[in-house]
Amino acid sequence: MSEPVLATHNLVKTFGALTATDKVSLDVRAGEIHAVIGPNGAGKSTLIQQICGGVRPDQGRVALLGQDISDLGTQARAKAGIGRTFQISELAMEDTVLQNVMLGAIGAAGNVWRFWKPALNVQSLTEQADAALARVGLSAQRDTICAKLSHGQRRQLEVAIALTLQPKVFIMDEPMAGLGTEGSKIMTEFLDDLRAQAPILLVEHDMDAVFALADRISVLVYGKVIATGSAAEIRSSKAVRDAYLGSDA
Amino acid sequence: MRVNEHAITAAVILGLIALPVWALIMDEPFTITLVTRAVILALAAVGLNIVLGIGGLVSFGHAVFFGIGGYAMGILAYHAQTYTTLELGMLSTGGTKFMPVIWLVAMVVSAFVAGCIGLLSLRTSGVYFIMITLAFGQMFYYFAISWAQYGGEDGLSIYIRNDFPGLNTLVPIQFFAICLALLCLVLFLMARLQSSVFGLALNATRQSAIRAETVGLNPMRLRLLAFVLSGAVTGLAGALFADLNRFVSPTMFSWQLSGELIVLIIIGGVGRLMGPVIGACVFVTLEHVLGGLTEFWHIYLGVILLCIVLFARGGIVGLLTGKEGAHV
Repeated sequence: MSEPVLATHNLVKTFGALTATDKVSLDVRAGEIHAVIGPNGAGKSTLIQQICGGVRPDQGRVALLGQDISDLGTQARAKAGIGRTFQISELAMEDTVLQNVMLGAIGAAGNVWRFWKPALNVQSLTEQADAALARVGLSAQRDTICAKLSHGQRRQLEVAIALTLQPKVFIMDEPMAGLGTEGSKIMTEFLDDLRAQAPILLVEHDMDAVFALADRISVLVYGKVIATGSAAEIRSSKAVRDAYLGSDA
Repeated sequence: MRVNEHAITAAVILGLIALPVWALIMDEPFTITLVTRAVILALAAVGLNIVLGIGGLVSFGHAVFFGIGGYAMGILAYHAQTYTTLELGMLSTGGTKFMPVIWLVAMVVSAFVAGCIGLLSLRTSGVYFIMITLAFGQMFYYFAISWAQYGGEDGLSIYIRNDFPGLNTLVPIQFFAICLALLCLVLFLMARLQSSVFGLALNATRQSAIRAETVGLNPMRLRLLAFVLSGAVTGLAGALFADLNRFVSPTMFSWQLSGELIVLIIIGGVGRLMGPVIGACVFVTLEHVLGGLTEFWHIYLGVILLCIVLFARGGIVGLLTGKEGAHV
């Protein structure tokens, strides 16, 4: 088996008496969607933070394509190839949609020290941004101020920014949240195709989407991975039913 | 009513040309001096607007750079007028009365100090950033007071305004022309900066630093450079201010001045190109008109500020264009 794109080894994070992450080892392999599910407070967000650099684990390592990135900050991990989308949108709300996506293109190009030419006239940046907007279906909102976007459109914009980074792996924190049935379906189809470009670590509460998309699912309860396996395996696992899914899943 | 922002820019610049010309014809040199004062304060606030308006950093210590600019002018001109040498370690100079050199020194020293202050203060944010910049301001203020060699609390008088090739700078309208030309140049550069790749990134960092980091940008570096540029512009304004008054004193470092610069920007419009300029014009007008009526004119300024903060978050430019200002 080839090396996983992203792997965590025995991550531990405690906040006082609370163990938010308890020896979590999981990996994301090329071409797959690996979903992480679990009840509220299971430590999903803390896990994502440790992978993306916002929270430093007490123990354990994070590796991207075999390279240890545990000591890098958020910015360096983004450069190394981690493309993150947020559960609660982190966007420049006063800027246009295009400007928001261009920020991703600027970060990817790595040259922010340009003071003369108007950014909107830098073709390489606008082309990348427009391409990403077209892929998520936001081209019509290109010049809309971000604050005026609907909740679902902000989700799409988050994904578009991550696309411009051309990351080695996507880390997506509840991309379906608040999308509605139709939006959720479109996003599911989109992510289905996206895994060919780069694998996805998907944290999601929408079980329909998770079971439709995920090649593998890990179940996180009280900071511990209690099961990892295919959708069918997880659905039939007794431990998972007891801890999370309930008897009617 | 919605006015195009370019129209505002044009109207303000034309006004700043027309008023002194009118004063020249009517033989009212004091009006020219007032407008010059507004232009110089505007320049200082344009500098602050880089960090405050685009960067979202409330620097309560920008008087540091204004004062450094003032003292750069004062010290260089003082040595030139007394024919004494200024010893700077290995380097010794007889000072200079040549404006461009004074401006360059004012900007370089301000930029250097801004780099040092920025490295320390930008590690904090919010109210801590405000306090640490205020603390630096006070340090410089008290240092200037105790600096007996250059007048201490009494300040330094420079008897003759510094030289600019081809102009007689003691003629008010000629000195005004220099100041306005510099303001226009800086405004032009500011407009370029604001729409550039760097400006877009800095502006986005103000709105979400996490977003900037997530795309691989370093907020600290963006803000530090903004702080350095900002300090240099405010330093240039300080040198001109000292030349306008032909006098430098520690009050140029005072926290009241730092506060006034923030007030100018809020009145005019945070993050707007012409915000600081309009704010400075309003401020100097009020100071002159109301200041003639009552010693307590700041009360009226306070009322105006209150109204703007409560009802017009985009300042005067925001009112005219129908857009809110940048959220800080």
